[in-house]
Amino acid sequence: MFEGLTAKLQNTFSKLQKKGTLTEADVDAALRDIRLTLLEADANFHVVREFVGRVRQRSIGEDILRGLNPAQQVVKVVNDELVELLGGGSEKPFAFSSQPPTVIMLVGLQGTGKTTTAGKLAVWARKERKNPLLVATDIHRPAAIEQLRQVGKSAGVPVFDMGQKTSPADTARAAMSHARSNSLDTVIIDTAGRLHVDTEMMEEIRAVKEAVSPHETLLVVDAMTGQDAVNAATAFDKAVDLTGTILTKLDGDARGGAVLSIRHVTGKPVKFVGVGEKLDAFEFFYPDRMASRILGMGDVLSLIEKAESAISEEQALEMERKLRSNQFGFDDFLEQLQQIKQLGPLDQILEMIPGLSPKKGMKLAVDEDALRHTEAIIYSMTPQERRDPGMLNGSRRRRIAIGSGMSVQDVNRLLNQFRQMKKMVRQLGGGKRLPKGFQMPMG
Amino acid sequence: MLRGFFKKLGAVFSGKQIDEDLWLELEEAMVLSDISITTAEQVIGELKAMVEKRQCRDTEEVREFLKYELIRILGVEPARLTTRGEYPLTWIVMGVNGTGKTTTVGKLAHWLKQRGFRPLLVAADTFRAAAMEQLQEWGDRAGVPVLTHQMNADPAAVCFDAWQSAKSRGFDIVVVDTAGRLHTKSNLMEELRKIFRVVERAQGRPPDECLLVLDGSTGQNGLQQAESFLKAVPVSGVIVTKLDGTAKGGIVITIRDRHQIPIKMIGTGEKIDDIEEFDPRRFVDGIFEDDE
Ligand SMILES: Nc1nc2c(ncn2[C@@H]2O[C@H](COP(=O)(O)OP(=O)(O)OP(=O)(O)O)[C@@H](O)[C@H]2O)c(=O)[nH]1
Ligand SMILES: [Mg+2]
Repeated sequence: MFEGLTAKLQNTFSKLQKKGTLTEADVDAALRDIRLTLLEADANFHVVREFVGRVRQRSIGEDILRGLNPAQQVVKVVNDELVELLGGGSEKPFAFSSQPPTVIMLVGLQGTGKTTTAGKLAVWARKERKNPLLVATDIHRPAAIEQLRQVGKSAGVPVFDMGQKTSPADTARAAMSHARSNSLDTVIIDTAGRLHVDTEMMEEIRAVKEAVSPHETLLVVDAMTGQDAVNAATAFDKAVDLTGTILTKLDGDARGGAVLSIRHVTGKPVKFVGVGEKLDAFEFFYPDRMASRILGMGDVLSLIEKAESAISEEQALEMERKLRSNQFGFDDFLEQLQQIKQLGPLDQILEMIPGLSPKKGMKLAVDEDALRHTEAIIYSMTPQERRDPGMLNGSRRRRIAIGSGMSVQDVNRLLNQFRQMKKMVRQLGGGKRLPKGFQMPMG
Repeated sequence: MLRGFFKKLGAVFSGKQIDEDLWLELEEAMVLSDISITTAEQVIGELKAMVEKRQCRDTEEVREFLKYELIRILGVEPARLTTRGEYPLTWIVMGVNGTGKTTTVGKLAHWLKQRGFRPLLVAADTFRAAAMEQLQEWGDRAGVPVLTHQMNADPAAVCFDAWQSAKSRGFDIVVVDTAGRLHTKSNLMEELRKIFRVVERAQGRPPDECLLVLDGSTGQNGLQQAESFLKAVPVSGVIVTKLDGTAKGGIVITIRDRHQIPIKMIGTGEKIDDIEEFDPRRFVDGIFEDDE
């Protein structure tokens, strides 16, 4: 469904583009798609209304309609406004206090990922050469303290708790003196999940806040949250005066539009995002990337960055040369697959490539299993066949199928994809330099 | 708890003209409840046609049409959990991370026990830290035994053992708590399929319930979740949790509309008896209840 909307948006824009000049009605047509896209991405109804109003004003007000490339400018306005709404990217993401210990308190609704996030923060602080302490104050959920103990163990970070009988504020206070006497310079307090309408429970975190005056009070928000995000964020902000938020579960396919609403109603920056269950699946937040994700335009920057760290310049240049000169064979293909795997979980990578998911006829189901199958087929080819796929006639294909345990159809499909991919890359390239890592076939 | 549910929707109808403003307000109220904009537009389209055809003047009448339409989408007859059959039955409880699966399994244990069943709980989340301890605590609260294995044990093997031991010890409903899994991770979805297959082999028929636990505050991604889980196993019902907050859970209407998966239970708190059978009429009545 998202793919459909993304395609629609792109379609509308390309239609607008063809006309060259735009009327106000054209802009309104595009804005309708943008509105739908934002709503389907879970941005709050009222925030979207305001947003669309602002974009409309800017699009029409700034002589864009008579400008050189109006469609592109409308896209740019949308993107800019979105980035702006998400915090502009000017803020420094996180600073440790000059007077340690730096105290960080995590709050949020039930099941958003606070405990895991506490562990991730600890691991991250370690990397920043800090000595963190994890503090367990969830005395309500069964085995929550035990969970943080285990998280601490796998992170190699000490965990402080006083069992389920001590109040969270008392535990937090005791943790502070424990940290001071053990020269632990970063105190990360995990709290129980709670509903923002539960006054007693909201009072509980207020007491913790009062007891230890945290430098950072961060709201942990599930990226899959819907329209209610506004209510929850407002209430938490009112109760404990948030300093920022952390957005979790971004490794899924949720667009995460709730972050727009939260940012809008609290005005507090998003500081980190969680992108997996492992403790190092944790990153800084970048408004521009989030904007692309919400609009379904793909997270180009993240991908380029990841590709840069995994693929050397020479490798990339060599691949490109081969592709252009049409010498690209299955050995190169295999090498690319290996590189892609180094980039991280494939579903994440695909998500980041603009225009890939919605495009028809190249529905690239990226699936680690499918990749393994692809590799099996390639490994069953002779070196000569890999260099020159053109020689793969019927009997060779049958042999390869048997060797790899796949069907002849599977082999044919791969050969087809490979051909299409080469063709596509040539068209795509059009003489321009491809961003590194972009020429990947996706299995 | 159903009071104040969709209160906005109720408010829309007080003393208004049937005009464009009414439709816009209606759309707003539906979207704010997490019903998808597509579903909302479609329902409004149907209402408009109805108003036209019957020459309605009365907003009260529009209100009845909308109620009827939403009940129709949710299914007029409430769907129930399968409790009868060749014992032991197996219920698999699944969903993305943090939706309330373990809590729901604890509540279901209590719910079943109160109705005279002999449930056995199975800790098939061998992955998340302290997941087994958490379920054990719920088992203790409900007075229902919990079968656990080592951390990182194969969840499918755990389920196989559980079914065998339920059969030999005379339990009648095996409730499996699975690890939270994002629906986009193909290896984890494959693991779920394997659990399904192993149970199917053990009992000689598919699991009797595959219950998707959905957080009531989930937005449009809920639809993707339902679709991906549906691709992996035949989802037999949805359980919506955390409806004690201000979130409306409207995405279940869209899910039901597109995929006919019935909503079977709702979670309304963190206590063991905060669970109710889902009732479409009450749900929709709740939508229009004036909240005062
Ligand atoms: N208010 C409220 N909280 C709930 C409800 N159901 C579950 N919770 C809370 O949600 C949080 C997560 O619940 P769990 O049962 O651990 O969720 P889970 O799906 O098993 O989580 P993972 O196994 O980590 O994926 C806990 O704090 C529960 O107390 C409900 O109906 N209402
Ligand atoms: Mg669980």
